[in-house]
Amino acid sequence: MSILTSGEFWAFVGVMAGIYTLLTLGLQVQFGLAGLLNFGQVGFMAIGAYTMAILVVKAGWSMWLAAPLALLAAALAGVLVGLPTLRLRGDYFAIVTIAFSEIIRYVATNEDSLTGGSQGTINLSGAGAAAQYDGSWQRFQQWLGGALHIGSKDVVMLIVVWAVAVVLLAATAAAARTPWGRVLRAIREDEEAAASLGKHVFGYRLQALALGAALAGLAGCFYAWQFSFFSPDDFQPLTTFFAWMILILGGVGRVWAVPVGAAVFGFLFAATRFFDFPPFSYLDSADRAYVRLIIIGLVIIGLIVFRPQGLLGRRDEMVLE
Amino acid sequence: MFLQLLGNGLVTGSVYAIAAVGVSIVYGILRLVNFAYGDVLAFGAFAAYFANTTLGLPMIAATLFAMAAAAVLSVALDVVLWRPLRSRKAGFMSLFLASIGVALVLRQLILLVWGPQPRAFDVNPYKVYVIGSVRLSLAQVMAIVAATIAIMLIGLFLSRSQTGRVMRAMADDRALAQLSGIDVNRVIRVTWVISGFTAGLAGVLAGLVQSTFDPNFGFQILLPVFAAVVLGGIGSAYGALGGGLVLGIATELSTWSGFAGGVDPVYKPVVAFAVLVVALLVRPEGLFGKARTV
Repeated sequence: MSILTSGEFWAFVGVMAGIYTLLTLGLQVQFGLAGLLNFGQVGFMAIGAYTMAILVVKAGWSMWLAAPLALLAAALAGVLVGLPTLRLRGDYFAIVTIAFSEIIRYVATNEDSLTGGSQGTINLSGAGAAAQYDGSWQRFQQWLGGALHIGSKDVVMLIVVWAVAVVLLAATAAAARTPWGRVLRAIREDEEAAASLGKHVFGYRLQALALGAALAGLAGCFYAWQFSFFSPDDFQPLTTFFAWMILILGGVGRVWAVPVGAAVFGFLFAATRFFDFPPFSYLDSADRAYVRLIIIGLVIIGLIVFRPQGLLGRRDEMVLE
Repeated sequence: MFLQLLGNGLVTGSVYAIAAVGVSIVYGILRLVNFAYGDVLAFGAFAAYFANTTLGLPMIAATLFAMAAAAVLSVALDVVLWRPLRSRKAGFMSLFLASIGVALVLRQLILLVWGPQPRAFDVNPYKVYVIGSVRLSLAQVMAIVAATIAIMLIGLFLSRSQTGRVMRAMADDRALAQLSGIDVNRVIRVTWVISGFTAGLAGVLAGLVQSTFDPNFGFQILLPVFAAVVLGGIGSAYGALGGGLVLGIATELSTWSGFAGGVDPVYKPVVAFAVLVVALLVRPEGLFGKARTV
């Protein structure tokens, strides 16, 4: 139980909540503002993480140049996915985006020469040479830790992730109040009405998709820096579903509900790790992992049955459709 | 080689087709994109595994057992979850997310009971049938025979039986069907029973064809099955049958060396989606679907 009182551990939970905040903020732009059912968000996250790592290791780029380009690559992938599919009905679009994220994972698993394959980024420069993409990030973290007199790496990361997240949350909240944001919501509520007012529905949706994808790419970069290693298995569809759960948990359409949902989810996910009292103590650790996910699944279901609008959302946002 | 791949494609395609019908009728009647279907399918395979290896029943009895078990599970889920959500007028999003929750719970329960290791049915792996230049394993032949019978039964049920026609009418226009005095609750129950039957059968057949299966295999099958449903036009049962066959054959044939050197077999699932995207660009309503505005 001592780990529960450890600041390190809670800093780690906070970092993960921050990364999920960025990932889910992308969904909030896509679904909360524009009504797009993107179920392939983890694919854009993978593109961000892999683009950054590959440019640093294979092309020898500076990480500070590679990261913005990784966001651009994720946004571009959003445009490429959107061009053929955005005219589809919402349910078709949902299925095609899941498929997209699985294709990204297949490619990452099988194209060893590009991504290091199933062994992950350690294999990026071939067998035998342990590839590393986060040297600059480690130095930055050390410098920042020194400047702020903080010894813990996770606490430094916590500050960086949440500083970035708060700036982007504020920017999104501001953008939602601009004419641009109002057009997006008008399209979500009534596509034909918006089109009849001369709004270019397809173009607005494409922008929302690309913007949300870039946010996922940023989440991917932070994920990569936090763990210093990742593999295709880190980008399972489950991650997308966790992001959707956070979106629903917080409340659809409310930008500042995203960090609340992410914090509650992070706590739930971390707390279920310590179910070591009966009946959980009779299970071995693998079985306990299954039970954790069962509990999370039941929470998703319970939430949708009993509080579909989330903690901070409005009920009509979920019931309409 | 080409004929061999075509044979494999027919086997894969008929498994997809059966599974796709189950997804499609649930969508047509209930407007639910059932993400838990893959895991009901895996549950069917494991139920058959239990009957086949633990109880020592022959494959046919084990298959029937799996279909019954999956149908009971599907109806039970309707009673405890989908019916309450319907009475609360839950939207498409809520239903989709709830089905993801169900998928998560089911898969972990299967893992908890049967563990993560791959399993195989008790079928002779060395028995091979040779038809011309095509070699099919016993498991593949069993899958083709079962799938052909199942597809014919499904077709007959939908076109000839009163209930089948009512179901298609309801999928077409729910309000109109309700007005003409159709017992909606009975149709929904029948829908779940059929969806369970198809999931159980498809699970057993997929397990046979792949020779081994683990608790995650339902989800891996679900994606090409969704692609088949979309290809056929969501909600159209005949379309789902056609979409499944087309996708199964297309993915297997894509590895044929006569076709631009052939695609690496690891990318077979990617081919399924490439076919889907191209088809949707040409016909956004699906290959067999009717254009409609929703």
